[in-house]
Amino acid sequence: MSKVRVLVGTRKGAFILSSDGKREKWAVSGPHFAGWEIYHVKGSPADPNRLYASQSSGWFGQIIQRSDDGGKTWHQPGSPADKPPAQGGRPMGESNKFVYDASNETGKPLTTHQWYDGTQHPWEFKRVWHLEPSLTEPDTVYAGIEDAALFRSTDGGQTWHELPGLRGSDTGPRWQPGAGGMCLHTIILDPSNPKRMFIAISAAGAFRTDDGGKSWKPINRGLKSQFLPDPTAEVGHCVHHVAMHGARPNTLFMQKHWDVMRSDDAGDNWREVSGNLPTDFGFVIDVHAHEPETIYVVPIKSDSEHFPLEGKLRVYRSRTGGNEWEPLSKGLPQSDCYVNVLRDAMAVDSLDSCGVYFGTTGGQVYASADAGNNWAPIVRDLPAVLSVEVQTLP
Amino acid sequence: MIRVVLPQHLRTLAHVSGEVLIEVNGPVTQRSVLDALENSYPMLRGTIRDHVTQERRPFLRFFACAEDWSHEPPDTPLPKEITSGAEPFLIIGAIAGG
Repeated sequence: MSKVRVLVGTRKGAFILSSDGKREKWAVSGPHFAGWEIYHVKGSPADPNRLYASQSSGWFGQIIQRSDDGGKTWHQPGSPADKPPAQGGRPMGESNKFVYDASNETGKPLTTHQWYDGTQHPWEFKRVWHLEPSLTEPDTVYAGIEDAALFRSTDGGQTWHELPGLRGSDTGPRWQPGAGGMCLHTIILDPSNPKRMFIAISAAGAFRTDDGGKSWKPINRGLKSQFLPDPTAEVGHCVHHVAMHGARPNTLFMQKHWDVMRSDDAGDNWREVSGNLPTDFGFVIDVHAHEPETIYVVPIKSDSEHFPLEGKLRVYRSRTGGNEWEPLSKGLPQSDCYVNVLRDAMAVDSLDSCGVYFGTTGGQVYASADAGNNWAPIVRDLPAVLSVEVQTLP
Repeated sequence: MIRVVLPQHLRTLAHVSGEVLIEVNGPVTQRSVLDALENSYPMLRGTIRDHVTQERRPFLRFFACAEDWSHEPPDTPLPKEITSGAEPFLIIGAIAGG
């Protein structure tokens, strides 16, 4: 029988929630890396036992952790706990070394980006927000970082190298941080085209490469952001999250700061599909595993009140690819609920009856084993949830 | 041997439980102590000093013999009590938050 493993990153550690295909009884493992902020944990599609985790702290900086046994044990790539330090030869302990590539040979000049007050500000590495393992190579993984840039490791996370064409594009000086910092938070790999990749940055917008990451172009036509002097500017949009169904790689769904958007031409043009949503502010968006036109969002009241409307936690589902939305509330708190659901904190499994999962800043992780019709908490009292990912295992 | 006391989170990362004993060749300074520490425990690289600039991370402080050495030049010789092992070199997380 198939199994499900839910990987949860929180403000104070990582947790792994496991169940069989019924998704009724859950085993909870953790906290892993107790006391550290875990922005993201994700498994390799090519090897489900290979997990990567981003561990960070204001005191001690960035750490990358890797598991080769499905989360039972972890180590910093290049510094395994059971091996002595390297004597000569290849240096170890660089798995947390994220240095912008400003070399003449391979990089781009490290210029500046726009600060909150409109002045220019130096690029500074803060943390890894998102780890996206390759669809085919367990040792290849991408990292989206703050201040926004894209890095890649091809040795299982031991060393990292920037793909400088993104940060070095001519729009870089116009990127600006959102309230959470200037983060590259979304990385989508096109399963039908290994040269194509999508990323999103707050607050710069969405970008696409068609040549494996060498060059990038902004794909923000159709977005409107009233906080910008030019609401339809090429860059500067606060994209919160983007989702894609693997069978329809040209169709993208976006939860923007305000507005739920859709593109059917790989991001070249976007149109609003907020429709009858009670508010179209929010952070998460995801697509049903088997129905490419079924999408999920969690509407949040506004950009200044980051909690559900009327204290009622409701997921909204559209079975028409947007515009027509239905609230899903069975099993979710319908009074006095003032949590948020952050941008990387929703995921789906690929069992026959699609499971949907999301985590809240109140520490609950909710699961639905029937595509959102009914919900139940797996756990209620974790630290604030930063990210949720799901692995469907044989 | 030089005794080094790490904050709890770094002890966890380094897989040690108590003080760390390290050998330093040549003058015993903050730089040589941290170099030797990172050589023995490479998983600590980047967590105490910035990978590139080698500067102390902002929320960490260094103490020796009840004195704050955080702002001393990295190549200033440490007190003989540190060199002899009578006193440990302390790496401490700054108190920040409630």
